[in-house]
Amino acid sequence: MAYDKFTVLKSTAVPLPAENVDTDQIIPARFLKATEREGFGDNLFRDWRYDVEGNPKKDFVLNDPTYSGKILVAGKNFGSGSSREHAVWAIYDYGFRCVVSSFFADIFKNNCLNIGVLPVTVSPGFAEKLFDAIEANPSTEIEVNLPEQKIKLLATGESEPFDINEYKKDNMQNGFDDIDYLLNMSAEIDAFEASK
Amino acid sequence: MEKKTLFDKVWDAHVVKSVSQGPDVFFIDKHFIHEVTSPVAFLNLEKRGIGVKYPERTIATPDHNVPTVAQDQTIKDKLSRMQVERLRENCKRYGIELHDLGSAHHGIVHVIGPELGVTQPGMTIVCGDSHTSTHGAFGAIAFGIGTSEVEMVLATQCIMQSKPKKMRISVDGELGNGVTSKDIILYIISKISAAGATGYFVEYAGSAIRNLSMEARMTICNMSIEMGARGGFIAPDETTYNYLKGKRYSPKGEAWDQAVEYWNSLQTDQGAVFDKEYTYDAADIEPMITYGTNPGMGIKVKGTIPSLDGMEGSNKKSYLKSLDYMGFQPGEAVKGKLVDYVFVGSCTNGRIEDIRSVAQFVKGRRKADNITAWIVPGSREVEKMAHEEGLVKILEEAGFELRQPGCSACLAMNDDKIPAGKYAVSTSNRNFEGRQGPGARTMLASPLTVAAVAVTGRITDPREVFNN
Repeated sequence: MAYDKFTVLKSTAVPLPAENVDTDQIIPARFLKATEREGFGDNLFRDWRYDVEGNPKKDFVLNDPTYSGKILVAGKNFGSGSSREHAVWAIYDYGFRCVVSSFFADIFKNNCLNIGVLPVTVSPGFAEKLFDAIEANPSTEIEVNLPEQKIKLLATGESEPFDINEYKKDNMQNGFDDIDYLLNMSAEIDAFEASK
Repeated sequence: MEKKTLFDKVWDAHVVKSVSQGPDVFFIDKHFIHEVTSPVAFLNLEKRGIGVKYPERTIATPDHNVPTVAQDQTIKDKLSRMQVERLRENCKRYGIELHDLGSAHHGIVHVIGPELGVTQPGMTIVCGDSHTSTHGAFGAIAFGIGTSEVEMVLATQCIMQSKPKKMRISVDGELGNGVTSKDIILYIISKISAAGATGYFVEYAGSAIRNLSMEARMTICNMSIEMGARGGFIAPDETTYNYLKGKRYSPKGEAWDQAVEYWNSLQTDQGAVFDKEYTYDAADIEPMITYGTNPGMGIKVKGTIPSLDGMEGSNKKSYLKSLDYMGFQPGEAVKGKLVDYVFVGSCTNGRIEDIRSVAQFVKGRRKADNITAWIVPGSREVEKMAHEEGLVKILEEAGFELRQPGCSACLAMNDDKIPAGKYAVSTSNRNFEGRQGPGARTMLASPLTVAAVAVTGRITDPREVFNN
């Protein structure tokens, strides 16, 4: 369904340098029982965020008031495993609009693009710079510029370009989703199906 | 003529249109749905005021979230019940074939698709589940999708996909005794890593793959996602046709002959180029087990957990976090460690051959006292065969608890959870933190290794029990 348009996002960021964070960590399976897309943010990183009694774990970054923002800077191979889109719903619902990593799992990345969370792939070196900058100063701001396809550390001005295909870029900037596009192709799809 | 890979042939035949500077509009032949990743898709269709374009191309079954006991009664868990009821309502409303709880072909979606003959060579198949790659065993391009894409398929029978790169993984030679297809795939993932095939679609080839049964091939293709691949498949051959012949939805009569003729063309051309190739020797593969919290962290059962040599920074931190979760030390052996649970089941190893191999192994033996042993057939059909073949009796005499079909402890959405801190050796596909229940410690292995562990109560190389 339609989502907020994404153009330029300037925000502080939350660092999560752990590698191979799978979607079972982002949202454990036992929280997938809903029949509507509501409230998933409450269970984002549930088992890293809360102990068995439901008390916040102090050492987890989402419970640390030092860090906040609409950008999640994650370690490499983020979003591996299950195809559950609920993982991205949880990220979106929590308030993130952009995830930055040096390496994303495929299905996760697609899911992000489909619901309006911008996945930004940066070089491992730039990811390190981001982690270092956030650690040194948690209120440091990052600018993610989709029209220019550029991510910038505002404090130092260091930046790096990122890739996104024109079609998805256009969708993100306008808040369109793929169904809008596909529904307009109905006749072509019918002809294709008939030829099978 | 241009040399094409099997992947190119099947992919290209399903492109309705290539979007300039964008993905392909990709046509889906068959779509499987289940209760967990479909309700929001149906809800969105309703919000948009549109319906299901080709309901005959979608097949449904509840599997992820269903109890594995008392399936003939109302589901106790309210949320699970609501999801299953919603699936029933949606199937009824839109005219989608449903294999409901208790019906003859109920089961895990990736087990019943092949059983029914829905899955066929050359098809494109998707499902809101990453283990959809299982269907690749038949030479189909099959992969997992998110709920937005489930909605797209329901609404238009298409999704927008960029074509992945191509990888071929060949395994040649003869497998040793006690080595199964699960060991092959755990071995491959341990070599390539949990992210090593991200961005690729894999073709499995080589004599060791060719010699596998269809069910063993499904186990391999099933875990393609565990190295990050979009999917993985195997070119169809006589083994494939023998499996499919006579299945409910397989072509019949003249249509069968025509289908086989087409399926025979589904091979990678000699000289076609892959973006990446790996070749392994089957003789190097031994029974495998995982020791960490992603499926790439696998070793020989008789091996030792890698030391910290050469690791630094976030890599080392992540590694130590993982071992800490598992309660293991770098450099130590896993063999001989005490285990609490064994689980036989899932879309990876919940088929009849898996249950046969466990039953054959434990026949006349008994599980160790420290072990709780669960065996969950992948489908009603598998369950029925297990009864008819006397396997259930053997397993129950050995102290295994047989449950009813479903995804069960593979992802522990229902009550089949491994308690916190306990060790489970499991035939499933993921050893992520908390995958089998909060705090549960999962070690992935073959059904044969799991049977050996059940009998000894400890991490055991199945070949050593054989020899005794």
